[in-house]
Amino acid sequence: MRKDYKLAKRKYVIGGIVLAVACIYIVRLFSLQVLNDDYKQYADGNAFLKKTQYPSRGLIYDRTGKLLVFNQPAYDVMMIVREVRPFDTLDFCRTLGITREQFDKRMEDMKNPRLNPGYSSYTPQTFMTQLSAQDYGRLQEKLYRFPGFFIQNRMLRQYAYPVAANVLGNIREVSPRDIERDDYYKRGDYTGDLGIERSYEQVLRGEKGVEILLRDAHGRIKGRYEDGRYDVAPVSGKNLKLSIDIELQAYGEKLMQNKIGAIVAIEPSTGEVLAMVSSPTYDPSMLVGRERGKNYLKLNRDKYKPLYDRALMAAYPPGSTFKPTQGLIFLNEGIITENTLYPCYHGFVAGRLKVGCHGHASPLALRPALQTSCNAFFCYGLRSMIDNRTKYKSAAEAFNIWKDYLVSMGYGYRLGIDLPGESRGFIPNSNYYNNIYGENRWSALTIISVAIGQGEVLATPLQIANLAATIANRGHYYTPHLIREIQDSTISAEYTTPKHTMVDAHYYDYVVEGMRMAVTGGTCRIGAIPGVEVCGKTGTAQNPHGKDHSAFMGFAPMNNPKIAIAVYVENAGFGATYGVPIGSLMMEMYLNREIAPERKYLEERMLQSNTIIYSGVKKH
Amino acid sequence: MTVILYLILIFCGWVSIYAASYDFDNASIFDFAERSGKQLMWIGLSLMLAFMILMVDFRVYEAYAYLFYGILILLLIATIFLAPDIKGSHSWLVLGPVSLQPAEFAKFATALALAKSFGTYGFSLKNRRDLIQAICIIVLPIVLIIAQKETGSALVFASLIFVLYREGLSGLFLFYGLCAIVYFVVAVKYSGLMWGSVAAGEVLVFILIFLVVAGMLLLYQKNGRAARYLLWGYLAVGLVCGVLLYFDVPVNLLYVCIGATVATTVYLLVLYFSTRSLRVLTILATALVSVVFLFSVDYAFNEVLEPHQQKRIKVALGMEEDLRGAGYNVNQSKIAIGSGGFWGKGFLNGTQTKLKYVPEQDTDFIFCTIGEEEGFWGAVGVILLFVTLIFRLIAIGERQHSAFGRVYAYCVVSILFFHLAVNVGMVIGLCPVIGIPLPFFSYGGSSLWGFTILLFVLLRIDASRTERH
Repeated sequence: MRKDYKLAKRKYVIGGIVLAVACIYIVRLFSLQVLNDDYKQYADGNAFLKKTQYPSRGLIYDRTGKLLVFNQPAYDVMMIVREVRPFDTLDFCRTLGITREQFDKRMEDMKNPRLNPGYSSYTPQTFMTQLSAQDYGRLQEKLYRFPGFFIQNRMLRQYAYPVAANVLGNIREVSPRDIERDDYYKRGDYTGDLGIERSYEQVLRGEKGVEILLRDAHGRIKGRYEDGRYDVAPVSGKNLKLSIDIELQAYGEKLMQNKIGAIVAIEPSTGEVLAMVSSPTYDPSMLVGRERGKNYLKLNRDKYKPLYDRALMAAYPPGSTFKPTQGLIFLNEGIITENTLYPCYHGFVAGRLKVGCHGHASPLALRPALQTSCNAFFCYGLRSMIDNRTKYKSAAEAFNIWKDYLVSMGYGYRLGIDLPGESRGFIPNSNYYNNIYGENRWSALTIISVAIGQGEVLATPLQIANLAATIANRGHYYTPHLIREIQDSTISAEYTTPKHTMVDAHYYDYVVEGMRMAVTGGTCRIGAIPGVEVCGKTGTAQNPHGKDHSAFMGFAPMNNPKIAIAVYVENAGFGATYGVPIGSLMMEMYLNREIAPERKYLEERMLQSNTIIYSGVKKH
Repeated sequence: MTVILYLILIFCGWVSIYAASYDFDNASIFDFAERSGKQLMWIGLSLMLAFMILMVDFRVYEAYAYLFYGILILLLIATIFLAPDIKGSHSWLVLGPVSLQPAEFAKFATALALAKSFGTYGFSLKNRRDLIQAICIIVLPIVLIIAQKETGSALVFASLIFVLYREGLSGLFLFYGLCAIVYFVVAVKYSGLMWGSVAAGEVLVFILIFLVVAGMLLLYQKNGRAARYLLWGYLAVGLVCGVLLYFDVPVNLLYVCIGATVATTVYLLVLYFSTRSLRVLTILATALVSVVFLFSVDYAFNEVLEPHQQKRIKVALGMEEDLRGAGYNVNQSKIAIGSGGFWGKGFLNGTQTKLKYVPEQDTDFIFCTIGEEEGFWGAVGVILLFVTLIFRLIAIGERQHSAFGRVYAYCVVSILFFHLAVNVGMVIGLCPVIGIPLPFFSYGGSSLWGFTILLFVLLRIDASRTERH
């Protein structure tokens, strides 16, 4: 039939399609296998066994050379799935202290290509990390019963002192995000978390080495590739020497026990942080090993927030510790001289506005005002400056100049300490008030409380300590830092360059004298240390959440100062009740290495006292 | 000769499984004897099966074709409810130590039933009832297998369109199938690229549709005047759009395309009323159906397909890498094949496959073992073996005296070809990953048996082609 004949021709069409597809595939194979080299290289990557050699992490010392953080071996349980033979799972689980469900879950996760992209049943896989020494011992004994499992040594951190957790930080296993951000990390690696461990991670971690082994198609190790010519030896992490004085740090943490707050002590001539206490705190060893996760959760849930480093993360109203800055600004701007007198009628009164003060002679000049911590003096000063229309065109202009001074003293922005999480505090500018009150709708009286460190102004204890160091240096500071030496390297130039404030150095002498008078016959009398010329300034910061915060800022000795300090105790009342005693005891301990017998009672009182009870009214 | 090809293929398959599951240290829980040894057992059984098939009288296959089909359909229905959940699909019937996949045998039964219905006296695809009957025979197992969540196996039956084509189905349908694939690929691939506020994929498909319409007009009208008018029209619209866009005048290309479609429709209608040619109507229908298809692609892709299927398609189109998820297999398999080079690494020396970087490498991804160890020549050799077998089967089909034999042969050809094309295509990264085995190679009794039955029933029928019915 003609028609059938026509249809029979269709076999050529079908055959043609088959041939066409075959040709496309052959071309594709040719390009994949013969033309393209990339895939061969990928395959090399797969067939070499690159065995990572882990470097040991850098050690951490204090300023006197005492070892603070070192390494301790830990044990990871590894397995090669292909080599596993049936074993007593129950016994295995019991030895490791896990349940059958955890075992199954772990195996499942390990084989899940999403969670563990490098999975192969032929290569070592991490089954469990950070075995305790006990579990390690038990497992080691029975290991012969569990073919396919073996133990790999890793290094964990060990802390020589149970203090300075907020400064030192700790290490944790890397998260998928870390791995994404930095291809140095592989699953199961450790990285610094919080503190110095975090900020100097790059220095401390060292460089991983690699040993390239050849595998044949049977997975057997055929020896080293090119006799190890391409192997890279691991480079140990660099050791760090911190500026912390561990004994002072420990003493500070002891003084702050049962209190909430912070102490920051700085060596003024270098900007080195001698002690940085945040209270309540915790033992850094809590965040090591397998208990880490559990403990971390516990600390994170603690309502007093021990993981929150109040020394540099908390922004408090600085209270009267702020007054020296005001005196300096007024002097430098020519608003006052050192002899300008302002009245104080138990406070600053302007119309209906009244800022209270306490009993002392009136009128008075800058030095006695600092000595007695007179509120009225600084309110008058600020008003004279902001409302001075001959010198400044507007309140806004005057206020912005005022703000610039404070920024030059280290307020309002991060100082740049080498620890993560620093807060910038807060110094308002004129825009801030314009937004609240409207342009030209505010005056000195509206904002008068900033003159005494209340109102909108916020500062971290670190910034307050930095102010003490600046005054001690008569007008300049070094960015506070914790690093003293990096092995085979130098520390950042940022930390060795002095920063000058906008205030002339000679004006600082008046403030220093005022602060000295506060100790010899003013609010800080209790802080007098026999044989040492201490300068200080109390602070009693009102806060809307409860009892006043007790603060102190000071340095010693007056000439050639060795230590500058800020103390901030939440809800502890007057600055003189807690701030001054703790601050002066710290300075005494640092300078004399002991507490004079006549001041022992003070130390005792601080150790015994408990102000944490007053924080009950805090929001939680 | 067919038997020799068959024996070569199953031998290569067995050796490849041995290579793929070969274990260097015998102290493993997956002992090497298990996989390739088992396959050897399946091969032995297959040969016995083949022998038995050749013993049976050829008339049995034709006489009981519908019975086989009915049993398999019932089995498929039963499987949906009885089969345990294995990786999300319900396609394995577990009978004691043996598990069977009825879908593999459904291919054989469907081929027989289709052949039988074509063999009926007076059967013709021109007859609407007959056409519907043929289509039903094909679609029924597809539906049942999709219900088992074995979409890959179900797609195999779509290849039977080649059989219909050979038996007189208009070549247009083959062409439509190709168009549908091309439109789908273009629409999905360029769905992310935006031209103004319109996805480039849609505009590109519209342009393709216009070209197809013009092309069809050109074929049907010998003088090609209508086609020329249409092309000039499209070109003019295109130029205007181009100029406007060049001067930064915002043009919504989608509206332009829809406008052009309406214009084309009107033009074709005018043409129809002036010539009264049904072909013009066919062209018009083609154009309109294509446009509807285009607008349903988006919906189908995002709503009907499951996320993992969307991923696999995107990976195959090179839109996504996803090396940890859907793209992992394909990437590892490309690495394994690519590393084979021209001559391969030698038998049992493939590092990629030996160290188990490629999952499923003794079943669906067995081709990459060949690619790595035997290299380019080995892979091409295997493809050529299959092509030879397919050509051989076409020849066998063509020499049949009965429609039954011929249709059955073409069914075998279609199924074999589809398996080869999709399986190899996915291994070398040209097709989305669809889990169907490589005939005679992939590990697994059901698949091997299924293809053995398909092939040897054909040989049995062929052996008796001269006998009278």
